[in-house]
Amino acid sequence: MSEFPAVKLHVVSGKGGTGKTTVAAALALSLAAGGRQVLLTEVEGRQGIAQLFDTPPLPYEERKVAVARGGGEVYALAIDPEQALLEYLEQFYNLRRAGSMLKKLGAIDFATTIAPGMRDVLLTGKVMEATTRERRGGGRLYDAVVLDAPPTGRIARFLNVNTEVAALARMGPVRNQADSVMRLLQSSKTAVHLVTVLEEMPVQETIDGIAELTATDLPVGAVFVNMVREPLLPEDALEAAAQGKVDKPALRRGLKAAGLDADAPLVTALAGEATDHAGRVLLERRERALLDDLHRPTYELPLIDDAADLSGLYELAGRLHDTGMV
Amino acid sequence: MADRTLAVDKLLDEAQIIVCCGAGGVGKTTTAAALALRAAERGRTVCVLTIDPARRLAQSMGLTELDNTPRAVKGVAAAKGGHLDAMMLDMKRTFDEIVLTHSDPERAKQILANPFYVSLSSSFAGTQEYMAMEKLGQLKAEGRWDLIVVDTPPSRSALDFLDAPQRLGRFLDGRMIRILLAPAKAGGRAYLKVFTVGVKMFTDVLTKILGAQALKDLSLFVASLETMFGGFRERADQTYQLLKEPGTSFVVVAVPERDALREAAYFVERLESERMPLAGLVLNRVHTSPANGLSVGRSVAAAEGLESAGEQPIAAAVLRVHAERMALATRDARRAKQFSSAHPGVKVVNVAAQAGDVHDLAGLRKIGSELAGTS
Repeated sequence: MSEFPAVKLHVVSGKGGTGKTTVAAALALSLAAGGRQVLLTEVEGRQGIAQLFDTPPLPYEERKVAVARGGGEVYALAIDPEQALLEYLEQFYNLRRAGSMLKKLGAIDFATTIAPGMRDVLLTGKVMEATTRERRGGGRLYDAVVLDAPPTGRIARFLNVNTEVAALARMGPVRNQADSVMRLLQSSKTAVHLVTVLEEMPVQETIDGIAELTATDLPVGAVFVNMVREPLLPEDALEAAAQGKVDKPALRRGLKAAGLDADAPLVTALAGEATDHAGRVLLERRERALLDDLHRPTYELPLIDDAADLSGLYELAGRLHDTGMV
Repeated sequence: MADRTLAVDKLLDEAQIIVCCGAGGVGKTTTAAALALRAAERGRTVCVLTIDPARRLAQSMGLTELDNTPRAVKGVAAAKGGHLDAMMLDMKRTFDEIVLTHSDPERAKQILANPFYVSLSSSFAGTQEYMAMEKLGQLKAEGRWDLIVVDTPPSRSALDFLDAPQRLGRFLDGRMIRILLAPAKAGGRAYLKVFTVGVKMFTDVLTKILGAQALKDLSLFVASLETMFGGFRERADQTYQLLKEPGTSFVVVAVPERDALREAAYFVERLESERMPLAGLVLNRVHTSPANGLSVGRSVAAAEGLESAGEQPIAAAVLRVHAERMALATRDARRAKQFSSAHPGVKVVNVAAQAGDVHDLAGLRKIGSELAGTS
């Protein structure tokens, strides 16, 4: 059962530090489970995918990085704007050999870094190409494409290429390319998912991000709540513990019963930790309530010790599968 | 051990510029604000330039007006004669001011109204970095402050901040601009009759990609900006030099997560290779335990014992809490150690994980004393 059966392009964004790349990779793995072919792409030149899958830096080429449960495959591509531009020139104008000349003149540098919006058109254009490929000679076909996108603070602007290039080109090929990218991004084939953790700033950015995406008619998908930790104190003790009211005599008796040397400093230290923990749990519940008010499909992923390695990725992919997301 | 710790108070008392840099989401803005507040309360006249502060932190510092001018922060302890001003960078306005300073009113008006300029000044990926450095140069030139603390833009990669100003300067002053200028000088309509084959091919390609109208717009835009070009490169170079001066210190900010530490490592290596003065690493959100004599293993075993006996539920739960915290503390310590082994010369200071976000001066003060190791 999948929440997003019609979606072919999954865009994953999130505030820095929320684990957006890890979630994108886990999503790709879970989408591939059962024999499907999935492409995982990144566009910020960070080589985050290679690091996660423990492979050498990815070239501008689709490489297999993982095999999913049930025989599916995940391919990865690090999209580089310069290469994307050269490819674009070759494809549409047969101009690849002009590349070195253009480079010398600074035109490639201009197009990929300075020209307003061009970079984003090139990056999203390549994602579109991979998503909409057809059988005849266009390279590998994928069942789904996952984009590890720029962070929440910039996501709406990154995807809204149409407006960004408006100043650059009111008509002409770049404008046409931007228009077709926009048609795909605003269609039901795309979903923009946001990753957050239960802290104030990431949750606020998620709320703001959803508002911006909605305002630009970009389809908001799910909210992934990452690095969730279970409350460890009994429910009825949380409020009191958060206010610093931990039953120290009971704690001392318990520690003694467990055979620990329950001196006063240890009891005080542990009671303080219980207070911190309870405070965090209550804060997380307030943040969680704010997310619930968004009325988006919301999936929780646990904090696991090393989410940034392969076994952790498979575990998270399994969790996503269990939640019914894919 | 002591010499591996970043001596924050000494830095705050002596530096003239402190640049805080690091990956997004590691607490750069909070660190910059905490350093600036502490320096001011130690008696220095300080200005903090922030890029994109969280709303409530901005409000607590009085940063409600976006007027691109430093404003006094209220509530700073002035007993030692210090003072704190704060400002939030308005990228477009900073750019506009450069245009206004360097061209006559008529031309400035043309430039400011050009759609190309509007786009470049408000959305080019490197403009924010460039303008942050530009503003730093301006503040420094004013000479009003003993110390300026700069927070850097939330770059895609921390290194953008070093490269973007030069890249923009190079572009605005470069060969491509001269080619684009040629047609406008020749009267606009003649711009396809350009000089060499290479240039012809170049404009052909641009026309194909952008369309003729866009190329004409760009060409006119570039022409109207012409008077300022020399200045751009020069200013970018000057600011870059300013960053190398003895009074400048870089503080790299990270959290004990792999990505953030990797980014910090790149930055440290880059600063070393550029001979930029690195003060050290601030490691935010480090988990610690006040009961670190009780290990994860013993804690879990004790909790399991109580749970299986069905006794002492509070103590069992608290032991679980402690085990989780110790596991995080152990993980953080391991990651910090990995960084330090790879970069033994880099001084480090840890800031403990806070219960919630910091949004007032009291919270900044607390972080400041943790940074200085006096909490």
